[in-house]
Amino acid sequence: MDVRDVVIVGGGPAGLAAAVALKKLGISDVLVIEREKQLGGILRQCIHDGFGLTRFGETLSGPEYSQRFIDEAEACQVDVAVNATVIDITPGKIVTIDTRDGLLQVKAKAVVLTMGCRERTRGALSIPGTRPAGVYNAGVAQSYINLYNTMVGKNVVIMGSGDIGLIMARRLTLEGAHVEGVFEILPYPSGLPRNIEQCLNDYGIPLYLSHSVIEIRGEKRIQSVVVAQADKNMQVIEGTEKEFPCDTLILSVGLIPENELSLGAGVCLDERTKGAVVDDSFQTSVPGIFAAGNVLHVHDLVDFVSLEAEALAEGVHQYLREGCLEEAGIRVKTDCHIGHVIPQKVSGNKEVQLSLRVRQPMKSCRFRIRQGGSIIREFKVPKAIPAEMIQFRIKAEDFLSREDIEVTVDE
Amino acid sequence: MNSRVFTCILCPNGCEIEVCHEDGRVLETEGNKCKKGQQYVEQELTDPRRTIASSVRIKGSFLPLCSVRLTKPVPKQAIFSVMEEINKAELTAPVRIGEIVIRNVCGLESDVIVTKNMERS
Repeated sequence: MDVRDVVIVGGGPAGLAAAVALKKLGISDVLVIEREKQLGGILRQCIHDGFGLTRFGETLSGPEYSQRFIDEAEACQVDVAVNATVIDITPGKIVTIDTRDGLLQVKAKAVVLTMGCRERTRGALSIPGTRPAGVYNAGVAQSYINLYNTMVGKNVVIMGSGDIGLIMARRLTLEGAHVEGVFEILPYPSGLPRNIEQCLNDYGIPLYLSHSVIEIRGEKRIQSVVVAQADKNMQVIEGTEKEFPCDTLILSVGLIPENELSLGAGVCLDERTKGAVVDDSFQTSVPGIFAAGNVLHVHDLVDFVSLEAEALAEGVHQYLREGCLEEAGIRVKTDCHIGHVIPQKVSGNKEVQLSLRVRQPMKSCRFRIRQGGSIIREFKVPKAIPAEMIQFRIKAEDFLSREDIEVTVDE
Repeated sequence: MNSRVFTCILCPNGCEIEVCHEDGRVLETEGNKCKKGQQYVEQELTDPRRTIASSVRIKGSFLPLCSVRLTKPVPKQAIFSVMEEINKAELTAPVRIGEIVIRNVCGLESDVIVTKNMERS
């Protein structure tokens, strides 16, 4: 069996950034496995601009952003297998790959999981009604329009205010469709404020907060949706139902890390992120298996996906050199206002960057990190919203002991 | 004197900027984390502009479309005329990122450029 130092599963922005960073640390034997014909992952279809401001200091479209990493990966001679799908990873890090030439097995010293995420579908929401054509996930509609030159419809309702849904509202409008509105069950939008502005407000597309699609109607093709107001517990308010005729319903109702392979490898997942539980080296519960990017937790910006994957390289390097990593025994706990935190455990021996999201919009809030009875770090932000990931660092010298730490936030 | 709230679209921070203005002139801004926010609201008050991204048909590659974008923002009201021009264009593979598809589109001093490398297939 072929033995490789590092096998990276997925050639999107996380996988490519990890590959380049590993090469730069002097690890020569790096293989990236990509199931599509081309590298770049989902960015191939994200043709809008706004990527790269943090990572490259300029605004790029998705394909341009990914090309930067593809070029770098080529320049430092990363091995790449395209049209190759990883179908199994064992806890012993034997990776089984489905290729054009048949099944292939590789023994990896370290595995990097960068499979990204997938969209929640109608099935996950249990929307009642018929099952006609014309109901698409936002990303699926995006690939039809941006890659395959296939228009999905003319009169569109969008359910959910995730960023991809907002981007698609604008894209559909530019291509001549009428977008009736975006319906969000929560009292605040899920997408970034700039996308509400430049994708909806610019084109006069209404955003209905605390509203949800409660029924899909139509036989062969969708003909209308029934929308109703929702209360703060996301329960439908009776008597507020209204029918909107449409030929297309786009769902933008959340992303889920793609972890089927991780589960097969014995990696423990976090209930909250739906991604792996990792330490401050991005190592999962299985020694030598690491994860970064959207497979770990859903990011709002690709720049942070790349930066996280680059940060992962150091831990992989150390693992290859020493054969194991030090146990990370300090758990990172959070209060009820915080949805999740990455990493979930830390060693306390090095600087760590925490990434988290608040559960609800908060204004002028103060974050505190406590260890034992002491506050080891504190900072204020003018606003925190669930759509924006919050990141901050804790220095090695800030840790006082090996006790667990807790992150809290108050207004 | 008037006041208005803008959401800056220049970066993902999406600052909410409260502006006091008179005759298109900015008197005071509050809420922007950087200087670009101030420039953004000045531009929004006098001549709002946007960059757009779309796609152009391409012959001879393994996909029927190639992604494109504008090199400079154009006036908001010109967006749909620019889209019409983009929809008329057609490319032949191979193309490289940065190649100009339409120079000076609609006379607006902005070029439509390729944003994806596409090989012949």
